[in-house]
Amino acid sequence: MEFALSEDQRMLQDSLNGFLKDAAPLDTIRKIATGDDAASAALAAGLDELGLAGLHVPEAHGGLGLGLLDACLVQESLGYAIAPSRFLATTVTAHALRHAGDDFLPGIASGDIRMGLALTELSSRRDGAGVTVEKDKLSGTSLLAVSAEGSTHLLAADTTGALNLVETPAATPMQTIDRTRIFSEVVFGGDARAMALKPDDEVLAAARLLVAADTLGAAQAMIDKAVAYAAERQQFGRVIGSFQAVKHMCAEMAARLEPSRALIWHAAHALDTGEPEGLAMATLAKSHLAEAGTFIARTSTEVHGGMGFTDLVGLHYWFKRIGVNRQLFGSPEQARMDAARLQGWLEPA
Amino acid sequence: MDLSFSPEYEAFRKEVADILSANAHLAPTSEDRGMKNPKRQAWQKLLIENGLAARTIPTEYGGYGAEPDILKSRIIAEEFARTGLPRAMSNQGISMLVPTLLELGTPEQKAAYIRPTLYGEMVWCQGYSEPGAGSDLAALRTAAVSDGDDYVINGSKIWTSTAKQADMIFCLLRTDPTAKKHEGISYILFSMETPGIEVRPLVDMTGAANFNEVFFTDVRVPKSGIVFAENKGWQVANATLTHERGMLGDPNATKARLVELVELMKRETVNGERLIDNPLLRDRLLKLQGEVYAMQANGLRITTHRLKKEGAGLAGLVVKLMGCELNHEIARLAIDALGELGVTYEQGEHLRAEGAWQVRYMYDLGLIIGGGTAQIQKNIIAERGLGLPREPKLAKA
Repeated sequence: MEFALSEDQRMLQDSLNGFLKDAAPLDTIRKIATGDDAASAALAAGLDELGLAGLHVPEAHGGLGLGLLDACLVQESLGYAIAPSRFLATTVTAHALRHAGDDFLPGIASGDIRMGLALTELSSRRDGAGVTVEKDKLSGTSLLAVSAEGSTHLLAADTTGALNLVETPAATPMQTIDRTRIFSEVVFGGDARAMALKPDDEVLAAARLLVAADTLGAAQAMIDKAVAYAAERQQFGRVIGSFQAVKHMCAEMAARLEPSRALIWHAAHALDTGEPEGLAMATLAKSHLAEAGTFIARTSTEVHGGMGFTDLVGLHYWFKRIGVNRQLFGSPEQARMDAARLQGWLEPA
Repeated sequence: MDLSFSPEYEAFRKEVADILSANAHLAPTSEDRGMKNPKRQAWQKLLIENGLAARTIPTEYGGYGAEPDILKSRIIAEEFARTGLPRAMSNQGISMLVPTLLELGTPEQKAAYIRPTLYGEMVWCQGYSEPGAGSDLAALRTAAVSDGDDYVINGSKIWTSTAKQADMIFCLLRTDPTAKKHEGISYILFSMETPGIEVRPLVDMTGAANFNEVFFTDVRVPKSGIVFAENKGWQVANATLTHERGMLGDPNATKARLVELVELMKRETVNGERLIDNPLLRDRLLKLQGEVYAMQANGLRITTHRLKKEGAGLAGLVVKLMGCELNHEIARLAIDALGELGVTYEQGEHLRAEGAWQVRYMYDLGLIIGGGTAQIQKNIIAERGLGLPREPKLAKA
C-alpha cells in the first residue's frame, strides 16, 4: 500500500514546472492573452518538444504509455502556470481511443494530428447547439469547443452521446473571461467522420478530472500568492498575515485545497486501474474542485486587497481560469447529478 | 501509487476476519452499558489476547506485544468497520495516559496503572481545561502546593468527561506560580477518591451530561504521582495532545455516516417521493460525498507518510478542522432531509435512528469547539503549515 507519487512522477512534474517557470512567466501569459501569436506559438512549440502529446498514448502506438494520474500532474502544472496547451484535448482523445487501434494514436503521439474537443453538449445543450450524425456525416453546432483553434481533428459528441473523430471544420473563437485560452464555436455542415466511437462515460469523466487537476494547480498558485503577499504586506505596523482575520482566510484556503489534491490522485488512480468507483470519484472531483477553486479564487483576491482587483498584479488571470474551468464540461450541479446517475441513485425513468 | 495489500497483509486480514466472526456472539451490545460492564471487559480481554486491542503495548504491561505496523492497524480498523462489531475500548486512559506512561512513566507507575487501564478495570479522567484556561491551556491556575511528601490542590477543572466513573485522574497543575506560564506546570496522577474532590455533571445542549466540572478543596495527594518531573508537565501533556487531535476527524467514521445518510435518503419518502429524488437534497448529498472522498484520500496519504516515518504536513494539519465540520454537515443534511420529523427527539413513534442525527448534529458542534477550536486549528494551519507569523504579543496591561 503506497498512496504517494512515484519518483518518476515527481520528476515529471518538477521538470515541467521548471520549464513553465522560464517559458510561461506572467509577462508571457499577458502577451498571449492580448493576442500575441508569436508568444503563443513559442510556448506551444516548447511544450511540444517535451513530448506531452504522447503521454497517454500506449507505447505500442508510439506514446509514453503513462496513465491519467501522470496526465493530471501535467495538467496541474499547466494550471499552476495558467499556460494554454492542447494537452487536455490530446489526452482526452487518447483516452477515448484507448481500445481503438492504431489508426490515429501514432499521429496524435507524434503531433501530426492536433486534437480539439467538442464535448460541451454531453453536459448541456444551449442556443440550439447539438451535433447529429446521418450516414456518417456530422451536422450542427458545438459551443465552447476546447483547442479547436489550430487543430486538425475534433473529438465531437453527438446528441446520442456517441463520439466521433472528425476533421476540424470552420471554427469561430468565442470570447470568454479567460483570454489565455481560445474557445470556439464549431459548425458542422455534413462533415464526414473519420471514426465512430460508442458512448463512453469514461471520456467525460477523464475530461472532467483533468479540468479539476487544472483548477487544483491554478488554486494552489493563488494560495501561494496570497500567503506570500500576506507575509510581506504591512499595515498598522505589522505584516497583515499576523492578523487572524487574514491568517484564517489563508488557512481556510489551504484546508479546502489540500485534501482535494489527494482526491485527484485517488480518482485518477481509480480510473487507471478500472476501479468501479472511479467514474463517480472523477465526476465528483470536478464539482469538488470547482467549489474549492471558486472559494480560493475569491479569497486569494481578497487577501490581496485592492491590488487583487487590479490588472497590475495579474491575479485575475488565475481567477478567470478557475471561473471557466468551473463551467467547462458541466457545472458543479450538473457533475453532481451525473455522479448520482453513475451510482444508480436516480429513479429509473 | 499502489492501493493493494501484499499477500502477507491479505492473510492477516483473513486472520482478523476469522477471529471476529468466530467470536461475534460474545460482543457487547448497546444494552451493555457502563464503562466497567463485565461483558465489555470480557470483550476487551478477548480482543487484547487476539492482538486486536492494545496491540503494540508490551506484554509485561498486559498488551499484546506486537511490533507497530500501521497497515495492520488499518486492516483491523477496516475489519471492525466492515463487520460492525464493537471496537476495542477507547477512553482517555487508554488513548492518552497509557502512551504517556510508556514514554515517561516510572517503573512503578507503569506496573501499577497500564494493565488495569487496558483491561477496562481502571477508569481515568483528564484534568486539563479550566474555566479560565481553554484555548490558552497553559494559563491554568489550579495549584498544587508542596507540603512535605504531598501536594495540596485547590481550584477546579472543566470539560472532564467520565469524571463520575473515574478511579483516577491525570491532571495538569500549577506547581510554580512564579515561573513563566509553560514552565510552572506539572502532570500529576491521583485517585478520584481523595477527600476534597467534588464532581458536578455539566449538562450540555444534547440534554446529557457528557462532561463534568471537578472542584478541588485542600486535596492532599502524594508526590509519587508526578509524571516525568516537577514543572515539566507541559512537555508531558504535549506528547499526548497530538494523539487526541489525531482521533478527531477520522475519515472512516465519516464515510460510515455518509453511507447511513445515503441509505436514509433512499428509504425515506416525502409526498410519496424518495428523499434522494429531491434534486436539492440530492445535490447537497453529492456535495458531501465529494468532500468525504477527499478526506478519505487524504487519510490514505497520511497513512503513507506515517509508513515512511515522515510528517504529513498540511494534509495532517487540516484533518481535525475539516473532518469535524464534515461530520456536522452530514448530520445537518440528514435532519433537513427528514424535515419536520428531523426535529423529533429522544422518544416517540416518529423518531428516526433513536434521534442519533440530532445528537450528532449537536455533539459534533461540541467537537468542532473541543480538542482545539476551529479557530485554533486555523492558527495552527496558517503558522505551522503556511509559515505565517504568530500574532505579536501585547504588552502587559
